[in-house]
Amino acid sequence: MTATALKTSGRRLWAGEAGESVTRNLLLAGVLVALLVIGAITQPQLYGDSAWVWSNILSILQLASVVGVVTVGMTFVIIGGGIDLSVGAIVALSGVWATTLATQSFGPAGMIFTAIVVGTGVGLVNGFLISYGRLVPFIATLAMLVAARGLAASISGKQTQISSSDFINGIASTKILGIPILVFILAAVAVAGWVLLNRTTFGRRTVAVGGNPEAARLAGINVKRHTMLLYALSGLCCGIAAIMLTAQATSAQAAMANLYELDAIAAAIIGGTLLSGGRGTIVGSVLGVLIFATITNLFAINGLSTEAQNMVKGGIIVAAVLVQQFRFQSLTRLFNRRP
Amino acid sequence: MADLNRRGLLFGGVAVGAGALLTACTSNEAASTTAQTKTVDAAAGGNAAPGEKVVIGFSAPAADHGWLAAITTNAKAQAAVYSDVEFKSVESGSDAAAQRAALSTLLAQKPNVIVLLPHDGKELNSFGLEAMQAGVQVVNLDRAFPDRRAYRTQVLGDNYGMGVAAATYVIAQMKAKGVTAPVIGEIAGMDELELTQTRSKGFSDTLTAAGLKVANRRAARFTVDSGQQEASQLLQALPKIDALWNHDDDQGIGVLAALNQAGRKEMIMVGGAGSKQAIESIQADDSPLKATVTYSPSMASSAISLARLIGQNKGLSDLVELQVPRDIVLSSETITKENAADYLKFGF
Repeated sequence: MTATALKTSGRRLWAGEAGESVTRNLLLAGVLVALLVIGAITQPQLYGDSAWVWSNILSILQLASVVGVVTVGMTFVIIGGGIDLSVGAIVALSGVWATTLATQSFGPAGMIFTAIVVGTGVGLVNGFLISYGRLVPFIATLAMLVAARGLAASISGKQTQISSSDFINGIASTKILGIPILVFILAAVAVAGWVLLNRTTFGRRTVAVGGNPEAARLAGINVKRHTMLLYALSGLCCGIAAIMLTAQATSAQAAMANLYELDAIAAAIIGGTLLSGGRGTIVGSVLGVLIFATITNLFAINGLSTEAQNMVKGGIIVAAVLVQQFRFQSLTRLFNRRP
Repeated sequence: MADLNRRGLLFGGVAVGAGALLTACTSNEAASTTAQTKTVDAAAGGNAAPGEKVVIGFSAPAADHGWLAAITTNAKAQAAVYSDVEFKSVESGSDAAAQRAALSTLLAQKPNVIVLLPHDGKELNSFGLEAMQAGVQVVNLDRAFPDRRAYRTQVLGDNYGMGVAAATYVIAQMKAKGVTAPVIGEIAGMDELELTQTRSKGFSDTLTAAGLKVANRRAARFTVDSGQQEASQLLQALPKIDALWNHDDDQGIGVLAALNQAGRKEMIMVGGAGSKQAIESIQADDSPLKATVTYSPSMASSAISLARLIGQNKGLSDLVELQVPRDIVLSSETITKENAADYLKFGF
């Protein structure tokens, strides 16, 4: 009986979700197009060259790729009712661990293995502390943020570690069918995330755990184990992102992936993921990351300062959350209520 | 249940195995060769002879990139050269408040001289005053205190001069190539730091005097990945670049990666700071990086030497004065293929 209850509640949640998120995602896509149009208006000379436009789109996608992969993992954690502040630090730690001379001696396979295992392992530790140690996610992952960066700094000896693997560096410089491999990786992770969230019991359970953990527990879900797995999943995404970022920078250092946690959380929220859990979409999150990357690109091609760019980003986060909280009707109601 | 346990055992086993394998992978033995120390031979000159014992306290922000790491390494190595110096170093965290706390404990140990690279000169100015009033001589490294009473001696890098040197090299190269209206890009460091602003001002002032200007400027964060990201966007903004100045060689690894990934080789690139890798690359002439303007962490070694002399109440033996000068600003030198060999030992 509990199984049927879960099934229907899961389906209802998802069915209710689908209609809503499609409109929101269309809105986000609209914002994205608007940003590109602003680019075209402000830089008609650049946008007049179709080859440049194509290369620019690819550059935006590449810019979004690493944070995008991190954001997919983050979306799962937030939907599941948690938060992961340690993602940037995990990316740095995985990247540094994968580029030590000892690891590099095992070749690219060893480097990829190391990054992924370290990322997942650190995520598991996060999850274990939160699920079984009953630490608040904010505190546990904040502690991990500090600790992982510290470990990364001590492993690297505070030096920049150059990746001498042509295979790894090639991940960022090689194109297949004219599209950089990094973009394919982002697409693969996003599609896998979408399937996992929308087409598997794991995904349904994530929504259930985040929406109402007590109800999920009563419905027979092992909430603790599931929560732990969510953080491991986020760590896995960080491990993948670490390889991508190392490839892009052809090196790794303890200070890299600075503030990625904020980028990922902001992108997920813009994408319509509820910070309180129980709702969110992968498509929305990826669109959120793309919007940020496009803003960066827009400011770069117009030669505007980074300060202005950060202010606009902040404004967009606030606007997105306001839209999410009030929606249009409740906003009018709010105004009508005033004398 | 039994099924679950078996699975748990399997995963547990895999985890332990992977863990054991990975801990072996943290070894970085050979990497220590990159941390070059520049212990200046102190055998010459009258000041080299051991004198009165001096306790030198040292504080620099937690190193998150190569240059800062080299500062601490150099200071330590230089102190080790002198038999009459006792060196006390404190880790100083990642912001001005943390450094202030660390400095207070250092001050309580009553060293003769404190050498510090403040997180921010303005924010730690008051500590300088406090220490000087307590009778501890302060040697400021790299980030100036606004108050002259807050330090005994300052050893500064020439941020403005770096910009001037980079621009001068770019102007000369453009003239030599016969490019009349060159497109010039700039990848700056952390924009909220005053030193970044000063560097950029030196660069643009010199270009303006020659009738040129910066076409586009992006600020990175002294990290390899931010260098790559900002450079990739700068390349989008400027489909053709004649010259590019990147403020920091460490982030330059990322900048060069971005150039390589975009297949852009048309420009000459000038670096900043003078890392070992950059100098080697300039010498080998294997990338668009043709020069770098120095901002050498060797200043930490010099600061320790000066602190020792201050503690012993001596002057610089080559100068007439009996005391160490108040302000020393190192000049920013331009490293090119021709003189790269001379500078290799200064690379960090």
